[in-house]
Amino acid sequence: MRTTIYSAKKIITMNANRPNVSHVAVRGGRILGAGTLAELEGWGDYVLDERFKDKVLMPGFVEGHGHSAAGALWDHVYVGWFDDVDSDGKRWSGLKSVDDVVERLKRAGDEMTDQTTPVIGWGFDPIYMSNKRIGRADLDRVSTTRPVVVMQASGHIMNVNTRALELAGMLRTGHTHPGIPLGDDGLPAGELKSPEIMTPVGRHFGLDSVMVTANEASLRNYARLCVRAGVTTTTDLGVELDDTLLGLYENVTGEPDYPVCLVVLRIAFGATPTDLVDYCVSTRNRTTERLDLGRIKVIADGSIQGFTARLRWPGYYNGAENGLWYIAPSQLEQIYELALMKNVQVHTHTNGDEATQLAIDCLGSALGKIGSADHRFTLQHCQLASTAQFRQMASLGMCVNLFANHHFYWGDEHSHLTVGPERAKRMNACRTALEAGVPMTIHSDVPVTPLAPLFTAWAAVNRLTASGRVLGAHQCISVHEALRAITLGAAYTLKLDDEIGSIEVGKRADFAVLEGDPTEVDPISLKDVRVWGTVQGGRIFAAADI
Amino acid sequence: MPLPVTLIAGYLGSGKTTLVNYLLRNAKGCRLAVLVNDFGDLPIDADLIEADDGTVVQIAGGCVCCAYGGNLSRALASVLEMRPRPNHVLIEASGVSLPGSIAATVELTAGLWFNGTLVLADAEQIRRNAASSYLADTITRQLRQGDLLILTKPDLVPDEELAATANWLETIAPRRPVVHAQFGAVPVDVALGSLSAHGAGPADKFNGHSRFKSVVLRPERPVDAEAMASALAANPGVARAKGFVLTPSGYALLHVVGPRYTVESIACSHPIGVVCIGLDAELELDCGFESQIA
Repeated sequence: MRTTIYSAKKIITMNANRPNVSHVAVRGGRILGAGTLAELEGWGDYVLDERFKDKVLMPGFVEGHGHSAAGALWDHVYVGWFDDVDSDGKRWSGLKSVDDVVERLKRAGDEMTDQTTPVIGWGFDPIYMSNKRIGRADLDRVSTTRPVVVMQASGHIMNVNTRALELAGMLRTGHTHPGIPLGDDGLPAGELKSPEIMTPVGRHFGLDSVMVTANEASLRNYARLCVRAGVTTTTDLGVELDDTLLGLYENVTGEPDYPVCLVVLRIAFGATPTDLVDYCVSTRNRTTERLDLGRIKVIADGSIQGFTARLRWPGYYNGAENGLWYIAPSQLEQIYELALMKNVQVHTHTNGDEATQLAIDCLGSALGKIGSADHRFTLQHCQLASTAQFRQMASLGMCVNLFANHHFYWGDEHSHLTVGPERAKRMNACRTALEAGVPMTIHSDVPVTPLAPLFTAWAAVNRLTASGRVLGAHQCISVHEALRAITLGAAYTLKLDDEIGSIEVGKRADFAVLEGDPTEVDPISLKDVRVWGTVQGGRIFAAADI
Repeated sequence: MPLPVTLIAGYLGSGKTTLVNYLLRNAKGCRLAVLVNDFGDLPIDADLIEADDGTVVQIAGGCVCCAYGGNLSRALASVLEMRPRPNHVLIEASGVSLPGSIAATVELTAGLWFNGTLVLADAEQIRRNAASSYLADTITRQLRQGDLLILTKPDLVPDEELAATANWLETIAPRRPVVHAQFGAVPVDVALGSLSAHGAGPADKFNGHSRFKSVVLRPERPVDAEAMASALAANPGVARAKGFVLTPSGYALLHVVGPRYTVESIACSHPIGVVCIGLDAELELDCGFESQIA
């Protein structure tokens, strides 16, 4: 079997025994060794490949919380505040006014031949426009013949034009639901709030499936986004996986040039705890090099910005009613018990600190009955956890995946509206997690925020919010800690740290290929280090060609 | 005619499954579609199941049951496409769902008619569950979002405790009709409303449910339909009421379930009469409308 030795300007291994090297040898898609050329020559015949001699290599980044829906959203029109890059590599500038939003949607409509095809926008976030409302009349400027629907970045509000309301059967007086604000004429003003209002309307325009159902194109586009971000292993965190859907994942990830390893979790919906755990066990032997199966995702509560997260006393800063449970305590404990018994890993979405406490209580109780030496049950988001909760998590052997990006995008909102200034400073507490000894990673939750682990690392290092202030300086972590979080840290929470997460002998040849050195740049510029592409399982993927 | 949807909610163990099975056995001639989003087993007794293809369970009498996981809207759309069409849809909510959200989705779905929320409370457990700091507000909100409250397993607690629980319910969710039901035995006309209006056979006359009675109101002169519906809805003795009245501007259809009511103008003429169903001891109608015992 052929050995290729790559030279690089620098190789940051994340292996403490050998932190920086100049060469890495790859054989059969795996790392034969990392060191000096002279050391690696000892392995025998090789081909020296110098294409990366001006690049910096890191272990391929691992996104511990993403969704393949990210690959489907770019079929629609991006109208967010910040610049973003689509799966084709095209940069879309952020839009700073309602007029700009209308203009971009109108242009998208003009490119369509049929005058009735819906125009769907996504990523709109009026919190950056002083919460300017966008009404039916605004979107009627896009079109009066086709439905126009704009999904907001928070995921909890949707804006529609008159035609969309008409097609959804909602253009009438007499609505009484608080999620349907009315105009002076008594008709809906065009803003639809909360999922129970959005889904029956969105269904008319195919939006009910965008976030939940993968297809071939969305899986391929998701992987292309990964290459651009230096990601070699990513997650599809929460899918109603069955044999049909699994077949789709197998086919697409089995394509010879599929550039990423996809870790797919079965969401705890529509199955009894027993069936759920048994299904995960049954899919284990279908795990491949690029499709990793056998874990469960449970959603315990909602989101903080949507006021659906479960908060402990004293609750929301603006006095909003406490959020929603998506699972009953006894059901959560039952899933934990059965999963521990069968050695199936569970990742639990908790945003509010009450949901985090429930997960801690349930796991504590389950572990009392069924011991486990290395379960690595992971709390996902876990945004509001207190220091005491991190200590409890540490003693139970739990891991955490904190939502560092969220702090940048919604930190200001949390400070003045949802949880107030004091608790906003402790949100996504990376420093506390590390000090408490809770294995920690950080995530984007793409498509909720863009996939870019170096940005996520930057967010955890600097804790800047969109308004430019540092929120919770005590929780800042070092560049090295952040880089570890997006590589080995995430690998550990997926129980894949034996295979990926560092550049060392025996592991998969997964590299992020960078144009600059993240350990040398000013930490405030960490997010600006450019990604050339990736090496995944020894296969080379240039972002420019993907 | 829009497809009526009745929502069955309540915390885990409150008896939702037992009620669903009771209705499947007793709503004779009515083709029910049951939608479930819980994490538990499909809530259908084995002897009622005729076929199970993994996603849709065929039930005796042409009924069906399917689990909808996270996507209620899509499940509702597929029920609307079912042929033959069901006569009535039952949604069994998960133990922690707030029924108001599900009701809002149903009300916004064209082709469906929201027929009310039954919230079940286990006479033995409800106060204990509501004392849990994790669950207190969820259970309170569930009860307050119910149109009819069903106090289940009343046989499992002493009379004094049952009375205390009924009083507690009144403080949590005031002025709701509270129906006591052992083994899910809620009369079909109370749980689902009069089925005869939806093409099924005539309603049973509360066989085995001697505690219920019905009264028909037949106002001879035109009435203010809104005022009449609102008076019936405000009367906790009335569990359900439905029927036609003549108003100064034409005919109207009244529909009342607990505190929820709607009034709909009807173009053509109908025999006048509003059937009110309630507990024998509590159904006292004194709203100035001529009535007769059915």
